[in-house]
Amino acid sequence: MTTIIWTIAIIALLGLVLAVVLFVVAERFKVEEDPRIDEVEKVMPGANCGGCGFAGCRAFADAAVKAPNLDNNYCPVGGNEVMKKVAAILGYEVKEKAPMVAVVRCNGTCEARPRTNDYDGYASCRVKAALYSGDTGCSFGCLGCGDCVAACQFGALSMDPVTGLPVVDQEKCTACGACVKACPKAIIELRPKGPRGMRMYVSCVNKDKGPGVKKACENACIGCSICFKTCTHGAIVFENNVAYIDPEKCKLCRECEAVCPTGAIHGVNFPKPIDKEAVKARIKERNAKAAQGAASDTKKEEA
Amino acid sequence: MGGVHPADNKISRDCKIEVLPIPETVYIHLGQHIGAPAKPVVAVGDKVKAGQLIAEPGGFVSAAIHSSVSGTVKSIAPRKDLAGNPQMCVEIAVEGDEWLEGIDTTDTVIREFPDDPAVCLDKIKAAGVVGLGGATFPTAVKLTPPPGKKCEMLIINGCECEPYLTSDFRTLLEKGEQVVIGAAIIKSILKVDKATIAIEDNKPEAIDHIQKVLAELRKVSPKYDGISVMSLMKKYPEGGEKQLIDAVMHRQVASGGLPIDVGAVVQNVATALAVYDAVQKNKPIVDNSVTVTGECFPRQANLLVRVGTPLKFIIDYLGGVPQDTAKIISGGPMMGRAIANLEAATLKGTSALLFLTKAQTARGKESNCIRCGKCAEACPMGLEPFLLNRLSRAGGMLDQLEANAVQDCIECGCCLYSCPANIPLLDVIRQSKGQVLGIIKARAAAKK
Repeated sequence: MTTIIWTIAIIALLGLVLAVVLFVVAERFKVEEDPRIDEVEKVMPGANCGGCGFAGCRAFADAAVKAPNLDNNYCPVGGNEVMKKVAAILGYEVKEKAPMVAVVRCNGTCEARPRTNDYDGYASCRVKAALYSGDTGCSFGCLGCGDCVAACQFGALSMDPVTGLPVVDQEKCTACGACVKACPKAIIELRPKGPRGMRMYVSCVNKDKGPGVKKACENACIGCSICFKTCTHGAIVFENNVAYIDPEKCKLCRECEAVCPTGAIHGVNFPKPIDKEAVKARIKERNAKAAQGAASDTKKEEA
Repeated sequence: MGGVHPADNKISRDCKIEVLPIPETVYIHLGQHIGAPAKPVVAVGDKVKAGQLIAEPGGFVSAAIHSSVSGTVKSIAPRKDLAGNPQMCVEIAVEGDEWLEGIDTTDTVIREFPDDPAVCLDKIKAAGVVGLGGATFPTAVKLTPPPGKKCEMLIINGCECEPYLTSDFRTLLEKGEQVVIGAAIIKSILKVDKATIAIEDNKPEAIDHIQKVLAELRKVSPKYDGISVMSLMKKYPEGGEKQLIDAVMHRQVASGGLPIDVGAVVQNVATALAVYDAVQKNKPIVDNSVTVTGECFPRQANLLVRVGTPLKFIIDYLGGVPQDTAKIISGGPMMGRAIANLEAATLKGTSALLFLTKAQTARGKESNCIRCGKCAEACPMGLEPFLLNRLSRAGGMLDQLEANAVQDCIECGCCLYSCPANIPLLDVIRQSKGQVLGIIKARAAAKK
């Protein structure tokens, strides 16, 4: 009996001493943490995807609390809603950003882009890209091994077995940018979603010159620059034999889509399918008027 | 340590080096060495002669490039290389075969060479000599050891441990004397007493021949003293730089270190010949010997090919691509790369074209790793390929990969060769090695 009492007493005493030690240490070496970090973390999406550039949501919250403003810290997954909440907690102002979406800029389907060799190595775009240009004639296009699909944490990407290209589910895509980093060919780009999801983009990044490109892929941008000449908004940037639509300047008139000879320019989420002939007629009319105007101007000058 | 023993299949070993006719057009790459690409010094429309400088080195680690033919420069534009990636190329339309003055194109062997190492080194640099063992590292840079480092032994690498390849073997047999003179020149530049010509024991004719040549040359001049021949056991990859130093000198190069750290400089047989040509004949690298082989290829050959010859021209000369070819490889079967584009042209470092059938190149179905450790046993660098494979596939484990020395991988392929589960170890490891090396370089640049 005494053994039991002694045991209980010693254990109790030991517990008491250790409790005192723990208390003293906890008080002495307490780390002051801003309580707002916890609050901010609570409103974050909690995906820890790294899309903001930090290791996870807590790291972002920590950085946001310590920063003097929110200019350099933006959670693309939570978007403006979450950022407003964060701003409310911290008493900062948030610069609203247009919602973005990942866009796959390759249109080289199995049908349009014939295979020129067979790849039997490890099925990873990174490995394949390190070895050679790919199993088609295009050295810029999608390699089709699905590194982007593997990188997406939100299940927004999938490979289309018919075209052999990745497809973005725009409802699920959070624009975290993981796929952009995963793609060794830099095909995927984050672009503004656009009004009611309507947006235009050039679905090709091939920098080679015309004839060779067409031979490698029927759907490629051949660098003919017709779109550049047609666009009245100055939205088309034409560099390295490939066109690029500046989303800030694009007015969604779809004229470029109508004139593109290879169908490399895509317009998505428009309520009606494009009537190419009507748009072409409109452009023709406008050009004729402009030519007439220029002619009459010169006549006036002559007179 | 490590290594594997694949069948050597040197079926073209009895084919004498044959001179390939000059094609109608050559395409000379501006980036056919490790380091900065060369800068072109000719313009479109210029007339060039064979051996004329067409591009100067683009940096310290870079090499000069010379026209391999005489003719007119047609274009300087990107063109798809072996792997299908665009690279800057100088296109030259061939007209006749006129050589630049001062280049000795005769076969006379010149045994006396300049005493001043600086003269020799300048000639090597001007001739654009690069390491022809595969890495194409500029030779002039390699022969200038960093201050404070002393070379104790020169090793001439005549192992040719890759199966099928015979171009170095034929060079040793047919131009052995030139190779030895080249070795003596390199030895005098490095100011070392000892040089070893290391040859694997599956090439006894070459060993005998070089011994005979050496005995004769020693009578001519004391400059040839100290050069010896060493017979090495046949094993792949014995010809790897670090493996060869281990085999010859029993010294190990530390992780991240250079051969010069243990007092060794290794040069390939073909490089020694190029040094001989550069110093004794004023001839830059304009041609190199290429083995064209494979069981399914009807006409085995060792060809002397002008740099920039389209691959298609070589293959057509020998009768075209056999029907049952599934893969054409540039280089040997272990380290070579499959060719995606036959329109591409040869480079200074192209050593072979190997034709393999479907059965020879078939990859087995991948199954799970059973931790048998065969890959770790086979790895000549003492790495653990199964671990590196797992870390690479997990993604984002670059610090762990670096801690496990993925950057030391020499991409010899022994792990993949030995894996009973058909895991594409090399494919995966090579990719993460590239990523880790990129980070190490960026870190070094940031420190500066």
